[in-house]
Amino acid sequence: MIITVLSGKGGTGKTTVATNLALSLANTQLLDADVEEPNSAIFINAEFSDRSEAVIKTNPVIEQSKCIACRQCVEFCQYNALALLGKQLLVFPEICHSCGGCIMVCPTAALTEGEREIGRIRADQSNRNPEFWQGELNIGEETAVPVIVQLKQHRAEDKTVIIDAQPGSSCPTIAAALDSDFCLLVTEPTPFGLNDLKMAVEMVKELGIPAGIIINRSEEEYDYLIAEYAQSEGLALLLKIPFDREIAFLYSKGIPFTENQPEWRAKFRQLYANIEGVVQNAADNRN
Amino acid sequence: MQQITVISGKGGTGKTTVVANLAALAEQAVLADCDVDAPNLHLLLKPRTSRERVFKGGKLAVKQEEQCKHCGRCLAVCRFAAITDDYRINPFKCEGCGVCVYICPTKALELQEEETGTIYTSQSLYGPMIHAKLKTGADNSGKLVSAVRKEAEQSAAETGRGLLLIDGSPGIGCPVIASLNGVDLALIVTEPTRSGCSDLKRILAVAGHFSIPALVVINKDDLNQAISLEIEGHCQKGKWPVIGRIPFDPLVNQALHVGQLLVESYPESKPGRAIKDIWAKLSNF
Repeated sequence: MIITVLSGKGGTGKTTVATNLALSLANTQLLDADVEEPNSAIFINAEFSDRSEAVIKTNPVIEQSKCIACRQCVEFCQYNALALLGKQLLVFPEICHSCGGCIMVCPTAALTEGEREIGRIRADQSNRNPEFWQGELNIGEETAVPVIVQLKQHRAEDKTVIIDAQPGSSCPTIAAALDSDFCLLVTEPTPFGLNDLKMAVEMVKELGIPAGIIINRSEEEYDYLIAEYAQSEGLALLLKIPFDREIAFLYSKGIPFTENQPEWRAKFRQLYANIEGVVQNAADNRN
Repeated sequence: MQQITVISGKGGTGKTTVVANLAALAEQAVLADCDVDAPNLHLLLKPRTSRERVFKGGKLAVKQEEQCKHCGRCLAVCRFAAITDDYRINPFKCEGCGVCVYICPTKALELQEEETGTIYTSQSLYGPMIHAKLKTGADNSGKLVSAVRKEAEQSAAETGRGLLLIDGSPGIGCPVIASLNGVDLALIVTEPTRSGCSDLKRILAVAGHFSIPALVVINKDDLNQAISLEIEGHCQKGKWPVIGRIPFDPLVNQALHVGQLLVESYPESKPGRAIKDIWAKLSNF
């Protein structure tokens, strides 16, 4: 089972949910795919070694002496990653998508494929549960997707995989959610939370992945905002985590709250059981 | 014209609340919501939209089924695993590069312009506001951010307003870089949590990488004093001024629920005064 934890809005509690869920279950693997700002490691207390795996992106390298300034590569590139300044060909590797098209169209073989590191993948060495991996995008790099794709190649076949995704509903979030069995949408009962939840719901519907909702910072007087919407969309409201200064304080210190409030572990295990139910139902409906 | 981008690295630290309140204090600003992935500024400022236009910021490969001979060349060259084993195009994986179109011997494939979002030109109580919504799953959010900024700059020129206030998105990747590109100042809203501190360090490094001067505001300042001090220490070392501290106050959440601005409805509250103080310091930069 692969569960991706998502939210439209940032800071709603994805990492709180992902880490506490991973810690409450047995035989889990946690992947931090919020590669622009990875934080799960703080809560898992990950022990990284000096060794890490590079995420390599390819980009064109120019041999100016062979370039005849024909512009074919510049015109082919959909991302404006190449430009011709007089007779001088320039490449902007940060915005290159590594499609290889420019190399393909160059009539004089003036372009070859070079490599550049854009991020790293690290693994926790502690041997505790959950098994933990994180991706990290290097500073100044624009495209998080290749880091997420490479991180996901480390998915364990024999474990429950939990993926902590980036906020939003564009390419990096989708890259994290693709091929998941279930998406957990974490929101908060505020107008912002509701507005952004709608985008996340739209996204999982387009992807065709079953989903359910968690209200974080739940407050009885405001939860109706989310509950009514969830009902109108036919989505299960799976868990509420209260608006509680103690939980916020533990979060601030990087402590998963299930550690200090162990009664919550049973709730997260129940959450998992409910997810299995929803996934099973969705599979039955498909057949 | 001065351009200030409000960003945070970590999501949910209070960017939009800060931008909306600064907008009310500035009186002479043009506003741009560049968090095109999850725009929220309109929920607080409730602007009246006078114009909306479709933005085409990307392309997708599209196939004419009857011309496809299933030769498999497209599958072999696609670097994004966007072509399935039965030669269909997965629009979520396709990045619109055009390599498959180039290689196809029967011209079964073509690149089509794709609608990637909508841009809104609106009027708020505090000034013109340009905002946008990225289409779900669309690529190239950076392009939409740049388009929003361009329209906002035009609006500032037309209305003679001297300040462009930009609400940015969380993270450090393409939309953030697009919202920072060439601005005068980055105002970074952080929170005293381990995650907030870690993300702050990364976003400050990004600002540094692009040589954008950065100022820092600590929101929910009294949630964890120890980490607040740690943030301050880090900022001191890098000479990033911490120009404000907003206390952790239920009033902030309350105001958000009813769509009120702190500086208007509760100007003498602690968080209200804190934001007024930030504006006073900001106007001196």
